Amino acid sequence: MAEIKPVERPLSPHLQIYRPQLTAISSILTRITGNGLIVGVVLMVWWLLAAASGQEYFDFVNAIATSWFGDLVFTLSLLAVWYHYLAGLRHLYFDAGRGLDIPTAELLGWVCIGGSVVLTIITIILV
Amino acid sequence: MRYLTDRKRAEGKGASGTGTEHHWYMSVSAVGLALMVPTFLFIFGRALGSGHDVVLATFAKPFPAILTGLVLVIGLQHFRRGAQMMIEDYARGSTRKILVISVITFSYFLMACGLFALAKIAL
Repeated sequence: MAEIKPVERPLSPHLQIYRPQLTAISSILTRITGNGLIVGVVLMVWWLLAAASGQEYFDFVNAIATSWFGDLVFTLSLLAVWYHYLAGLRHLYFDAGRGLDIPTAELLGWVCIGGSVVLTIITIILV
Repeated sequence: MRYLTDRKRAEGKGASGTGTEHHWYMSVSAVGLALMVPTFLFIFGRALGSGHDVVLATFAKPFPAILTGLVLVIGLQHFRRGAQMMIEDYARGSTRKILVISVITFSYFLMACGLFALAKIAL
C-alpha cells in the first residue's frame, strides 16, 4: 500500500553559498530602501502635524527635525528615495521585458547605485 | 456539459487570491510617484528648516498642499503593499496576519494625520 518513502530531493543552494551578485544586491536594496522610508515619512508627518498645531509645538518638533538626528534621517531618506526611484524605473523597464540580459542588468544596477548618490548630492545642493 | 468556463475555474486559484491586481497597482502608483516625487522633494526640502510662518505659507498654497496630499496617500498605499509583500515573504501564520494588519492600520493612520495637518494649514 501507500508507504511513505523518504525521497532524496536535491536541496537548492543556500543564499550564503553564492558569491554576492549585483542583481541580487540591487534587488534587496530596493526592498530595504522602500521599507526604510517609513522612518522619514513618520518624521515628516509629525513635523507637518506640529506645524498645524501651533508655534510652540512646532518649535519643539522642528528642533528635532533639524537636529543632527533629523538631518541623518532625512539625508538617508533622500538617498533611499532616489535609489528606490531609479530601481523602480528599472523594475518597470524589466516588466516591459527589456534589459534582462546579464550585462544590461548589471549596468542598470550600477546606474541605480551611482545615480542615487549623484541625485542625492544634486538635491542637497538645490534645496 | 461543464457550465463553468476554464477562466472561471482558474480565477482566485493563484497564491495571492487577487490575481495581478497587486502588481498592477504597484506599477500604476510607481509611475504616479515618479512624476510627483521630484517636485515634492523640492517643496518639502525648501520648507524644512524655515520658520513656522514660512512653513504655514508654503503648505497653505494649493499646489504644494495638493501635491503633498497626493504623495502621502499614494506613497503610503504603495508602501503598505510593498511592506505586505515583504512580510508575506518572511513571516507565516498568525505573525504574518498581525504584521500585515498592523502595517495597513499604521499606513492609514499616517495618511489621516498628514491630511488632517494639511487641511488645517490650508483651510
